[in-house]
Amino acid sequence: MNPVRALGAGFLKFLAANGRLTVFALNGVSHCVRPPFYPRMILRQLIDIGYYSLPVVALTTLFAGMVLALQSYTGFSRFSAEGAIPSVVALSMTRELSPVLAGLMIAGRIGASMAAELGTMRVTEQVDALETLSTNPIKYLIVPRLLAGVTMLPFLVLIGDILGIFGGYVVSVYKLGFNEQTYLINTWNFIESQDVISGLVKAAVFGFLVALMGCYHGFNSRGGAQGVGAATTNAVVSASILILIANYMITEIFFAQ
Amino acid sequence: MTNTPAPKTPKIRLKDVHKSFGDKRILQGFSLDVMPQESVVIIGGSGTGKSVMLKCILGLLEPESGEIDIDGVRLSTLSRGEREQVNAKIGMLFQNAALFDSLPVWENVAFGLIQGKKMRRGPAKEIAIEKLAQVGLTADVGALSPAELSGGMRKRVGLARAIAGDPDIIFFDEPTTGLDPIMGHVIDELIVKCVKQVGATAITITHDMASARRIADRMAMLYQGKVIWHGPVTNIDNSGNAYVEQFITGSAEGPIKMELRKL
Repeated sequence: MNPVRALGAGFLKFLAANGRLTVFALNGVSHCVRPPFYPRMILRQLIDIGYYSLPVVALTTLFAGMVLALQSYTGFSRFSAEGAIPSVVALSMTRELSPVLAGLMIAGRIGASMAAELGTMRVTEQVDALETLSTNPIKYLIVPRLLAGVTMLPFLVLIGDILGIFGGYVVSVYKLGFNEQTYLINTWNFIESQDVISGLVKAAVFGFLVALMGCYHGFNSRGGAQGVGAATTNAVVSASILILIANYMITEIFFAQ
Repeated sequence: MTNTPAPKTPKIRLKDVHKSFGDKRILQGFSLDVMPQESVVIIGGSGTGKSVMLKCILGLLEPESGEIDIDGVRLSTLSRGEREQVNAKIGMLFQNAALFDSLPVWENVAFGLIQGKKMRRGPAKEIAIEKLAQVGLTADVGALSPAELSGGMRKRVGLARAIAGDPDIIFFDEPTTGLDPIMGHVIDELIVKCVKQVGATAITITHDMASARRIADRMAMLYQGKVIWHGPVTNIDNSGNAYVEQFITGSAEGPIKMELRKL
């Protein structure tokens, strides 16, 4: 095939895929505010995303905070700037590390699980069965996942913020010999509400992206086990990339001078 | 070919329905009338468009052209809400039962009552247990997960779900596929019993001729996307149609050629 033609065909395919995703997202969001709602399904997703993801997010952010304190000390001690460690840990965790790490962990855990579950439902005709039982699959399957993604990730990130700062505190106080009170006062004085809020906004956006990618790829999967496998991979990869892109854009909006 | 004029409004009418997937033309002018409380079995080889035809009636697929009416109402003119109301009158037994893995058996059976008809869970569970009994399953099966059921039990649960809402119309997509002959016979008898009890109109698609003879009042043969013969089940052995004769005898010789890729 002519290379220009191939490039054009690829570009058109890319636009078509983006169009389908946009229509799917708008459809899902519009159904979020229109009854009927399925409280049991929403509760199930809230528990699945919020409660069952807590250990993985907690461990990730705790150790990220600990490592951050250690690495910062290694660098800052060269300039006798160890006193900046509490603020560096607090700002890094709340603004960047906690939301991004939680988002990526949730993309792996929840995005993959959503794509696999919905993909299996699609290829085993369970989605068709919903339609025949007068139930809109978008309302029953997609809306609870989108709502749970948007609402639960900020809670997880808030807990991640606390645990990350706690991890930095433990390493600084018990390993690097910082004064407990000074560390806590420095952390409290440097951190601002905007730091935490920007992290929570990022978390809500990341939660939406993870749920959207999991639902979109799962709901549209075709071709049996291989199709479900491909949907799962696509959901995780696309959610992870979108999280990193969205992270830059939200940071630009909040903190660009 | 038997072709008598319909005496009253058909329960289901398909007229000149076309459906393609890309270059592949599946339905090529499919037309069929099904009268109220009639049980029509559609036979035909794999890939002839039987399941596609059912999905077009259910609104799961959109035909490119043609008309589909239920009770004289043109489905293409309905809104999504009106379409859901029509679907509430239809029960469907899927080929592999399509039970919801995340729900226990009783909730699968009661799903349409709880979610579609907004019935409270208590009364819906009672109806589900009653429907399970109608298909020969005890109440304790209701508490099991679909993953714990055998193939035959899954079909029975699927049948119980299909009749749970006392539908006007029931579709059966290859109800005996994957079952041993005895279980296939049991399922056929349950289908006949349930359809009569509910007083429903039924369309069954299958290529299992023994099953088709047990279920059908009338049969239609689908070939290359259109009905090439239809008539009472008693006429199937004297159809005078070479395609039908080859299909019911399962002969490799005849006008139907299997599409095999050349090596």
